[in-house]
Amino acid sequence: MVKWFKPVVFLACLGPLARLGWKAYNNALGANPIEVITHSTGDWTLIFLLVTLAITPLRKLTGQLWLIRYRRMFGLFAFFYVVLHFLTYIWLDKFFDVHEMLADIAKRKFITVGFTGFVLLIPLAITSTAGWIRRLGGKRWQLLHQLIYVSAMAGVVHYWWLVKADVHKPLEYAVVLGVLLGYRVVASLLPAGRTRATAPTRSVQLPDSV
Amino acid sequence: MLIKKSAVIPSSEITPRSLYLNRRKFLAGAAVAGAVAAVGSRLDELATPSLTVDADAKIDGVKKSPLSTTEKITPYKDVTNYNNYYEFSTDKYEPAGLAKDFKTRPWTVTIDGLVSKKQVLDVGTIIKMAAPEERIYRHRCVEGWSIVVPWVGFSLSELIKRAQPLGKAKFVEFTTVYDPKQMPGQQGRVLDWPYVEGLRLDEANHPLALLCFGMYGEALPNQDGAPLRIVVPWKYGFKSAKAIVRIRFSDSQPLNTWNKMAPNEYGFYSNVNPNVDHPRWSQAKERRLGEFLKRPTLMFNGYDQVASLYSGMDLKKNF
Repeated sequence: MVKWFKPVVFLACLGPLARLGWKAYNNALGANPIEVITHSTGDWTLIFLLVTLAITPLRKLTGQLWLIRYRRMFGLFAFFYVVLHFLTYIWLDKFFDVHEMLADIAKRKFITVGFTGFVLLIPLAITSTAGWIRRLGGKRWQLLHQLIYVSAMAGVVHYWWLVKADVHKPLEYAVVLGVLLGYRVVASLLPAGRTRATAPTRSVQLPDSV
Repeated sequence: MLIKKSAVIPSSEITPRSLYLNRRKFLAGAAVAGAVAAVGSRLDELATPSLTVDADAKIDGVKKSPLSTTEKITPYKDVTNYNNYYEFSTDKYEPAGLAKDFKTRPWTVTIDGLVSKKQVLDVGTIIKMAAPEERIYRHRCVEGWSIVVPWVGFSLSELIKRAQPLGKAKFVEFTTVYDPKQMPGQQGRVLDWPYVEGLRLDEANHPLALLCFGMYGEALPNQDGAPLRIVVPWKYGFKSAKAIVRIRFSDSQPLNTWNKMAPNEYGFYSNVNPNVDHPRWSQAKERRLGEFLKRPTLMFNGYDQVASLYSGMDLKKNF
């Protein structure tokens, strides 16, 4: 791939944040700006989680091995947006009211499941470096990073449980996630010869440069 | 030093945009109004249904009401661009655009059920039943946001009294228009259309319960429930049915749409109550649009005068 491509993708991933910032600056976030910020950062978390999960199937189906070099970046952007989403919640929504937040996490299942999804992403973000892959060893690292499946499912359920009646948007995420996870189930059931050719350990050696 | 006189025009001298845009309609309307007044008020009851509506038209002779709050009114722009109106869209920012061409004339309202005067009334006739009042009410959505709106209308009891409900009548049911061609949200099955809401008859007769056809001194915008809606300020917003075509009196509790959809989340009463949480979120606080910090939600949305309607009732059970 061309050298400048990665920085361009990086900047594009900051686009949603830039757009929010621009709208906020121009007072164009509508009647309920905090709600818009909450929903937007939540949406982009899910989108980046799904994009991250799409890399492996895309790479295998197209044979475009270079795609793997973008996986960590997309995963970290998912984490970036979920941190913003969480900050919006504790700062703009709850205004650092710890008591209220703990009550929320314990009592509101959509918050509980969303918070779980967020917490599970923390070790993945920390161990996303080449050093951590080496320290953990490919197999263990791979196993740990399967937490993204749980996290993505938690994210979609979080959204689903939050809406009042119209589930079509969470449903869209659920369908895409279902396809991406379904692909992995099918791939693991395929004859051993094909599975070995795309053995997961290879992907661990590939994510070298950020 | 040369001091230039400021070129700023005092806001009192600026013609409101709506008046400017409607000045022809206004002239025509004034002519008709004059003619009607000349013929006599009796005749307008017999008048043919009004076929056009002066969108944004100023409502004349609106009296102030002691029931109004003195809190800061939410900007018109927010109240008309942030609407929970699932008949048009589940996206709050979409009804403003989607309802633009919604036809609110001709419009009739059927009054039936346990009343001695079953009738089909033109909305123009209903609007003239009593003198219009401005009622500045707090409006609290079940989702946790709130606004302050200067509605225009009169007490719902004015209409109820004219319908003459029978002694058996204990409830009033309101039905929103069903017109999927005009209301794209009704083409899907997000809710069970048509939208139905209801009140106990004594609730409906409470002076605060408003039959509403305007806001900010003008005709109700389509996205806010034109041409006729109710406003029940001590209950969550979804109780205040919009674009009403039927008012039915009955002896049994109506099954309101949200209650039917999720009985454990939305009750029949749905009084604003900070002590009874929605199963999925807290109702203790609310975000007043335009404010940064959330404010505490008040019992009955601050309308304590309705408390006697529920004396002896367990409001945790009757949520």
